[in-house]
Amino acid sequence: MKPGTRLKSVTCDTEVMVIRCGVGVIECGGSAMAEVKPPEATALNPGFSGGTLLGKRYVDADGEYELLCVKSGEGSLSVGGVALVTKDAKPLPASD
Amino acid sequence: MNIALLLEMAAEAAPDRIGLVCDGRRWSYGELLAAARGAVELINASGATHVALLDESSEAAVIALFGAALSGVPYCPLNYRLADVDLAALLERIAPSLVIGDVDRVMRIASEQGHALYTRADFTAATQGALVDSEREYDLGEGIAIQLFTSGTTAAPKAAILRHSNLLSYILGTVEFASADEADAALVSVPPYHIAGIAALLSSVYSQRRIVMLPAFAPEAWLELAEIESATNAFVVPTMLSRIIEALDKGVTANISSIRAVAYGGGKMPLELIHRALDLFPQTGFTNAYGLTETSSTIALLGPDDHREAHASDDPKMRARLASVGKPLPTIELEIRDEEGRCCPHGQPGEIFVRGDQVSGEYKDRSALDADGWFPTRDAGYLDEEGYLFLAGRADDVIVRGGENMSPGEIEDVLLTHPAIADTCAVAVPSVEWGESVGIAVVLREGQAQPSEQELKELIRARLRSSRVPTKIKFVKELPYNEMGKLLRREVKKILAE
Repeated sequence: MKPGTRLKSVTCDTEVMVIRCGVGVIECGGSAMAEVKPPEATALNPGFSGGTLLGKRYVDADGEYELLCVKSGEGSLSVGGVALVTKDAKPLPASD
Repeated sequence: MNIALLLEMAAEAAPDRIGLVCDGRRWSYGELLAAARGAVELINASGATHVALLDESSEAAVIALFGAALSGVPYCPLNYRLADVDLAALLERIAPSLVIGDVDRVMRIASEQGHALYTRADFTAATQGALVDSEREYDLGEGIAIQLFTSGTTAAPKAAILRHSNLLSYILGTVEFASADEADAALVSVPPYHIAGIAALLSSVYSQRRIVMLPAFAPEAWLELAEIESATNAFVVPTMLSRIIEALDKGVTANISSIRAVAYGGGKMPLELIHRALDLFPQTGFTNAYGLTETSSTIALLGPDDHREAHASDDPKMRARLASVGKPLPTIELEIRDEEGRCCPHGQPGEIFVRGDQVSGEYKDRSALDADGWFPTRDAGYLDEEGYLFLAGRADDVIVRGGENMSPGEIEDVLLTHPAIADTCAVAVPSVEWGESVGIAVVLREGQAQPSEQELKELIRARLRSSRVPTKIKFVKELPYNEMGKLLRREVKKILAE
């Protein structure tokens, strides 16, 4: 998958943009995300129901994956069953 | 991914929040997105290959920028200050375009080029009135978002290309989404055809900082708008800052205590001016931003704390830091290289090379990136021991005297220590003996007696080396600057050749 790819949750409204990724499976609400949203939603796994926030960036511990949430939803993000966490940006002074 | 995503996210998160104020009219993010989608209908119907703006800043610039992006057509704001013949040549290179702005002028100079023309008011009205096709698929943003013509000081202007990926990398890497307070407002007074003007729109929309547009800069208008809209942020070029301070000195009053942050760039900031500004606005954070069109705006910055520390310090080394453009962004790589391509040690000037996702380094007909993705900026500079970047002019401005490279900046810095000298520029002048030697143009402070040529030569000899001593000195009333405050060295060369 290349950076810039937009992935949609099959369990909720979440959409992400891939900034960086490895070869693992990117999931939301416990199910693999897809480039095209299926007509029928899959049930949300309660273990991955913390929700996503618009504009937040989600990363894994190794820094291999980075996703930007472009639409929020009820599911939470994971890769191969391991939850992703929000990335705290290093704020720069506004330069323009 | 498309740069229009930035506006789509802002409109999704806060559709009714005001994103833009221009000529007294307020636009919410939802309205701006709807107008950008309306613009897509106009652009598609016109069959245009580019969307050109020939106008000062207005809501039309924002609508055209995002509308062009959604259509998958490059947005190409043009410098309306160009002479007719030069402008017609640029218009021809982007024909057929949808041109927004000075319709009469395009009719007069490029009527046979097949452009679709809209005045600002017509374009804005038409984008709002357009029937948007609900099934329309918008461009994926895998291509070119923006094409900017460089100023073309030596040859025909180059068409620099910025891809969606370059601009998004810059914004996503430096701006946190929706990070601005609802009261925050950025006063934007740089022209729409300058990369700083475009970056200001993109970063303000993504941070949800309200854009307060000043279409034509005048110091009084800037101060008035800053007060009325309680602006918190502003970007200025050094000339603008100097004129704002001049207006305040002349007694123009305005309550601009809301301004927390002022960023500047686009030309060399005189040390005296920035010290003055730091004294006048003790509560304001100043940021010096260095970047190029080809790098999607900022690649290095000197932040507010560095400014205050340097300003307050007695240590000459710390004080000198105010002349630096700060440290490279963490999201890019930067190297200083000598003529053989080797990395220069700290303190030694060379050419600045940058690499990173925001760096396009691409022109319409070729890429300037090397095999490893590094972009030669043609700017000369050096890094100090702590990684602060200092600029030393354009690599092309280096004076080569008998094989010895001399940076105009070091000569100018010494001359500026002379109490009678207000401004100066060193350039190469032809020399039968050395190929090139140093020529200087000098502007005197008001009321100061003209120093002798011998005195200036002695000053340079004592502080630098004899090779730097000018062979030609000319006293002039003022130096030629462009509207962005960039010193036009080629013009100074002409003056010295007279």
